[in-house]
Amino acid sequence: MTAIIVISALVVVLALCAFFGGSRSKYVVKRILLMFLTLFVIMTICFILIKLLPLPLVKSINKDVELQKAKYAQRGYYKPIMVQYFNFWKNVITEWNWGMGEQLYTDRAVWPVMMQKLPYTILVNLYSILIAIPIGLAFGIYAALKKNKWQDNVISTTVMIFTSVPSYVYAFLVQLFLCVKLRWFDLTIKSLDETPLFSWQMFVSMIPAVISLGFGVTARLTRYTRAELSEVLTGDYMLLARTKGLTKAQAISRHAMRNSMVVILPMIIGEFIGIIGGSLIIERIFGIPGLGNVFVDAISVKDYNFFMAETFFYTVIGLASGILTDISYGFIDPRIRMGSRK
Amino acid sequence: MENRNSEYPQQIPAEKFKLVQQDRHLSDVKLETKRISYFGDVWRRFKRDRSAVVASVLILILLLFSIVVPIFSYTDVSFREENYAFVLPKVSLFNGSGFWDGTKYLDSQYQGSYDYYRALGLESGMDPIVSEVKTDTDADGETRYAFRVDTYYEPGYEVKVLPAQEYESLLAYQQETGIQVFYPIPKTYNINFNGFKKGNIWYKLDVTEVDQDGNLIDYEQNYRDNPLDQNAKKAYQTALENTSGKAVLDEDGNVIPNYLRTSEPIDDALPEEKQRYPKDYYPEDAQRIAGDDGTYVYALKVQGGYRVRINIYNDYVKRYNHEPSFVFGTNVYGQDIFACLAYGGRLSFILAISVSLINFVIGACYGSIEGYFGGATDMIMERISDILGYMPFIVVATLFKLHLQEKVGPIWSLLFAFVLTGWIGIAARVRMQFYRFKGHEYVLAARTLGASDRRLIFKHIFPNSLGTIITGSILAIPGVIFSESMLSYLKIIDLETSGLTSIGTMLSNGQPYLSTYPHIILFPALFISILEISFNLFGNGLRDAFNPTLRGAEN
Repeated sequence: MTAIIVISALVVVLALCAFFGGSRSKYVVKRILLMFLTLFVIMTICFILIKLLPLPLVKSINKDVELQKAKYAQRGYYKPIMVQYFNFWKNVITEWNWGMGEQLYTDRAVWPVMMQKLPYTILVNLYSILIAIPIGLAFGIYAALKKNKWQDNVISTTVMIFTSVPSYVYAFLVQLFLCVKLRWFDLTIKSLDETPLFSWQMFVSMIPAVISLGFGVTARLTRYTRAELSEVLTGDYMLLARTKGLTKAQAISRHAMRNSMVVILPMIIGEFIGIIGGSLIIERIFGIPGLGNVFVDAISVKDYNFFMAETFFYTVIGLASGILTDISYGFIDPRIRMGSRK
Repeated sequence: MENRNSEYPQQIPAEKFKLVQQDRHLSDVKLETKRISYFGDVWRRFKRDRSAVVASVLILILLLFSIVVPIFSYTDVSFREENYAFVLPKVSLFNGSGFWDGTKYLDSQYQGSYDYYRALGLESGMDPIVSEVKTDTDADGETRYAFRVDTYYEPGYEVKVLPAQEYESLLAYQQETGIQVFYPIPKTYNINFNGFKKGNIWYKLDVTEVDQDGNLIDYEQNYRDNPLDQNAKKAYQTALENTSGKAVLDEDGNVIPNYLRTSEPIDDALPEEKQRYPKDYYPEDAQRIAGDDGTYVYALKVQGGYRVRINIYNDYVKRYNHEPSFVFGTNVYGQDIFACLAYGGRLSFILAISVSLINFVIGACYGSIEGYFGGATDMIMERISDILGYMPFIVVATLFKLHLQEKVGPIWSLLFAFVLTGWIGIAARVRMQFYRFKGHEYVLAARTLGASDRRLIFKHIFPNSLGTIITGSILAIPGVIFSESMLSYLKIIDLETSGLTSIGTMLSNGQPYLSTYPHIILFPALFISILEISFNLFGNGLRDAFNPTLRGAEN
């Protein structure tokens, strides 16, 4: 029930905002409401496509197939798809119940298992973005200030290479050099039995994964910052600030940086949300027991309940980062008004 | 400053005025001056960008590699030589240099390992030790050896049962060419050594051990002294199985051959069969190796054919008419990485280019309609593309795989998955361009002059977006290649069962051996990195060429 109340309250608040708010907040609220609609349709499509597939039975000598069929029947897997579909939404909205694991984590509720895995995924991404922000900003600012000089060329070329090379290549390089040759880290991360999640050892064992993810994020952040700041630096108000008597450093820190941050900040948040969805392969390589790993396992053993819950998670991630990016684009060029008539 | 206007005549005679248009259609009249074509202009600007030109040359080289190698190479994806698994990269140009010549450096090897490698080359002259042998004494007073080993000679020999037909054909080949394929069978052919191939232990093994009290135990002697003692027999066999490879040496320091002989019982480890001599089959016409006194056994007749000991190198030459030499080495299955890379690259190119072309067409049409008409049309179409676009790609790929893979195969299901969501980016670019340009004065002018919607879309507004969507399609290629490699790396799409390979498959096959055989992963990783960098540089160059005002905006 709580889920219903929360969602309906959210919708009411959003609707009120849309009604009384300004045009920008109206746009944002509209986007968020559309996000719910999109999410609903995507989940519907996925649910129907998944239910059209034959239900896999666990092939095990110890398990009686008849018994398992009886269990599936009790869980309603043999009912018509539309009935199952309504039950699915009923369970999700009223109890936040995503069903039981069938092939993967058999007979354990799906959502708690996923919540157990979530901290790993978030931590690895959070660490890598926390490392990437200062380095990316510093390189970006430096490149923008030295625009078209050799320093800028070196940074831009490096950034180009680092954004192009796939993340798993970094993972292999990190594993080969830091883990195998230098033996600084283990190849895979420690398990919870050895050390708690928030501990120094766990952090150290996550470092290879964090570095492998961090290369790409740092490079992209450098690129945004350089592009944004170098555009701001050519603005007329920068000339005005200098004419007023500000030193170059003052003008940059008080005017240029602030203005470019308006765009860079949402980018950073969007990037954070984006890499949570994109670290599947890194989780696989370093054996991080996060959501990505569960997703790949669920696909390979065809556990449909996990598949649905993970689809929900990744879709929400994608929608949220999309909205943030769109909003930040609106800041970049307000002259482009999306949705206007011919 | 003088008034320049004064140079012109103030009065223009009335007869010089003439109406330009009366009945003619004027919305699109060609300029009369000679002009540089749009693409000519783009090409001129593109040529100036050196990095983009270099990138396109690189792409061409990789493309040629992917097309030419599968045509001319005798190895392909189905080529699997398990005897040559984990062979290191070799380019014959570098022979003997120690770099890229298929050799590996082994250091602090014990006596047994040294004896093993030393003996391996003695019969055929294919000496796996290609460098000087350095010796050293470790803390326990044992001699340690360091030397370089040719991995192509390392497989050595294999004891196996050949069907009669195959045996005859190999025998014929051996007699015809004089290349020795069959080698004498050692007495220990039925011992399963720990860590050694049974074909490669052909010399007399040192099966002595020093116990805690410092006494020397010779298991072989013990067994010969008490041939009926089961424990002694067992101890002897265990000692053989767990041998370190150490050899018994004669006075000159050479290993002593331990071949089956026609004059001796077949296996002196088994006393109850003492009377069985290997005369069941004995090829009189066998081509004998040096040092054979005529009693060595080259084949044993067994059920289903002949048990023989073949030289793996020469057998390979016979079967493929090529000496084994793999430019990028081989992987765990003994697949040629060079050829697999070409096949995988070809798959990536075909997939990426066809996805781009299809997405180009769909995206251009969809985006034009959306952007030009706007309003409710745009709203509805945008919702549809939103829904498709926000479906996580991995989910789409999985659903297509689960539903279609069995019907149309993995490549088609992958192609459908890419096409289903891939055009959205292009459509969004086109739509954006339409919003940007449709309010411009020239469009208004053209509409005023009577141009139809279709004409406005395709003749006036769409060409403006041509540059961005060509760039967009090219810049989408590295994404497709990456996604494909990721899906095959995660084994979400399975190409191997259909006899295909891709870069992701090769990477995931090589990952367990990253620490021991990094070359398996190195070349595919290098290939895909160069490909991605080149496509990005090429795409950026194209973008700058098509739209000079955006120069350097995003790189």
